[in-house]
Amino acid sequence: MRINYPGTIRIVRLPCTGKVDIIHILRAFEKGADGVYVVGCLEGECRFENGNLQARKRVDQAKMILDTIGIGGERVWMYNLSSSDGPRFAEYAVEMTEKIKELGPNPIKLAHKKKAA
Amino acid sequence: MSTRTPSKLEKILAAGHLAVTSECGPPRGSDPEAITRKAEMIKDYVDAINITDNQTSMTRLCSLASCIHLKKMGVEPTLQMVTRDRNRIALQSDILGAASFDIYNILCLSGDHQNFGDSAQGQNVFDIDSMQLIQTVRLMRDEGKFLGGDEIKRPPQMFVGAAANPFADPFEIRVPRLAKKIAAGVEFIQTQCIYNLEKFELWLKQARDRGLHEKVYILAGVTPFKSAGMAKYMKNRVPGMDVPDEVVKRMSGVPKEKQAQEGIDICVETIQRLKEVEGVKGFHIMAIEWEEKVPEIVERGGLYPRPKVVDD
Amino acid sequence: MIVAEKKPIEEIIDYVKDFQKLLIAGCNECVTVCEAGGKKEVGILASALRMYFMNEGKKVDIDEVTLERQCDHEYLEEIRDRIDQYDAVLSLACGVGVQFMAEKYFSTPVFPGVNTCFMGAAEERGVWSERCQGCGQCILGKTAGICPISRCAKRLLNGPCGGSTKGKCEISKDLDCAWQLIIDRLKELDRFDEYEQIMPIKDWSTERAGGPRKVVREDVRL
Ligand code: SF4
Ligand code: SF4
Repeated sequence: MRINYPGTIRIVRLPCTGKVDIIHILRAFEKGADGVYVVGCLEGECRFENGNLQARKRVDQAKMILDTIGIGGERVWMYNLSSSDGPRFAEYAVEMTEKIKELGPNPIKLAHKKKAA
Repeated sequence: MSTRTPSKLEKILAAGHLAVTSECGPPRGSDPEAITRKAEMIKDYVDAINITDNQTSMTRLCSLASCIHLKKMGVEPTLQMVTRDRNRIALQSDILGAASFDIYNILCLSGDHQNFGDSAQGQNVFDIDSMQLIQTVRLMRDEGKFLGGDEIKRPPQMFVGAAANPFADPFEIRVPRLAKKIAAGVEFIQTQCIYNLEKFELWLKQARDRGLHEKVYILAGVTPFKSAGMAKYMKNRVPGMDVPDEVVKRMSGVPKEKQAQEGIDICVETIQRLKEVEGVKGFHIMAIEWEEKVPEIVERGGLYPRPKVVDD
Repeated sequence: MIVAEKKPIEEIIDYVKDFQKLLIAGCNECVTVCEAGGKKEVGILASALRMYFMNEGKKVDIDEVTLERQCDHEYLEEIRDRIDQYDAVLSLACGVGVQFMAEKYFSTPVFPGVNTCFMGAAEERGVWSERCQGCGQCILGKTAGICPISRCAKRLLNGPCGGSTKGKCEISKDLDCAWQLIIDRLKELDRFDEYEQIMPIKDWSTERAGGPRKVVREDVRL
């Protein structure tokens, strides 16, 4: 099954969202990402017990930090879906892309450009 | 029993009468009349009046000054003293201050934690605890010495009391704890408000089994409910308070305008029942901001008139 | 271990906003274990600060280092040769490490990145609680191994008070009553009788009350 999702998204594969740390999310923004979303298994269906729950807490932490430093916490989200649910995956990708479009580019990227100019 | 101090309270107890004490909370301001007015209402119905020491950690006019106001009106005060706010220097100093005004009763307490009151961000002291405060007063009185070992000129002459809460947890420690306070030198006990009579009587029985009722005068604490709301509040919100469901039900079972009277009735019935229990040597009536009801409670409890004792 | 908590980023920004070259220094000991000031937290804070300044249009260089310990000369010396490159150091060590850093690098401003809380244990993942206040004369031998000084809200040596309710302290339903714990364990150890021995008034001169303390061991001095 091939499902189309917006080409602006770069996927980083991890064995479990429990591996996602706050620092990974922050680094992505530091490097200019406009948004980051973490897609984990449905809650209660983590193969490592609570990896996806941990991920959600870290996403919340990252949100808080991004809010504090003026980047905006809405740029990071956590989604859950069943591993076989391709269409839902694409739906979330579209939703996230819309959200980010509305928010505009990561201010860090703009700051980088200004510096370069 | 013979007496060791000039305390009227001690004399009444030693003479074998049921003693009656009450308590007044000082105002959150400096108006002395706030104390004298309350004392005036009850002075002929009680043997001594406790003055609370920044109870529930709300800052108030100090216990010592309030006791002096009582003393000036010819009423016998009991100085409550908590170890929360004073180190051993301040405690001993205030005891001497009280003694200089011939205040003859002291109630040694640890005090509520400051986080209940208006100064939750403040420090606490707890240099010593209530048990050790009992020891301190006894040392000062009986040996005429400071904790530091030096001699006291004109030592305090104080009848030493403490609180006991038969309803706090763990229950099994409550009698050993009483024994410990007695070993520390306590001479009278005022208990937490009693609503659960069975539990109180069980506690007292266990104390009797160890002969403790003969080593200390136990005054049973009572507080009339003003309303069903107050009963519920005390049941649910006040740590270490045991208000059985039946009592709350009884209060809620009468119409609002009759609840105050019901509260007083319960209080009087408690006194009448406990009067007959061996080991109860008197009553401590804590009518919180309801002092005007103390005379009625004392009279209906069969505790009036108060006995006269001769001064030495 | 010494338990610390991360300071709010706003507070940290306020400390360091006027500097151009910053070193964020973590510590590999207690604050790493309690996840407040180890390598990971240094990385997160550095990244957040970099983005903040970038966004503000400020050029601030931020370097990261995590020392084995900040309360020991040996490890603090490791940054001596480069300390002069920095306008300020943000230390994520406990208050001891921050001060030792400040003492050693006298002319470099040093700021704390964590709030140092207490000496405690890791009750479970993500939960730490106090166990000792360093009173200098340990009485655990008399209190069934449970410290009433650090764990009773009123540091009662002869507890429990009248507020102990269902095993919990009068100040919070989330806090065990230390004296309930002591009594339970005295019973377990078949030493319940000892409860009635009155604990004497404590000598607090070896505690904070006695002024700043020092331990000198002639036998281990060089
Ligand atoms: S008694 Fe003193 S040294 Fe021992 S655990 Fe408690 S505070 Fe620490
Ligand atoms: S309830 Fe227990 S821990 Fe809390 S202050 Fe009282 S004795 Fe201490």
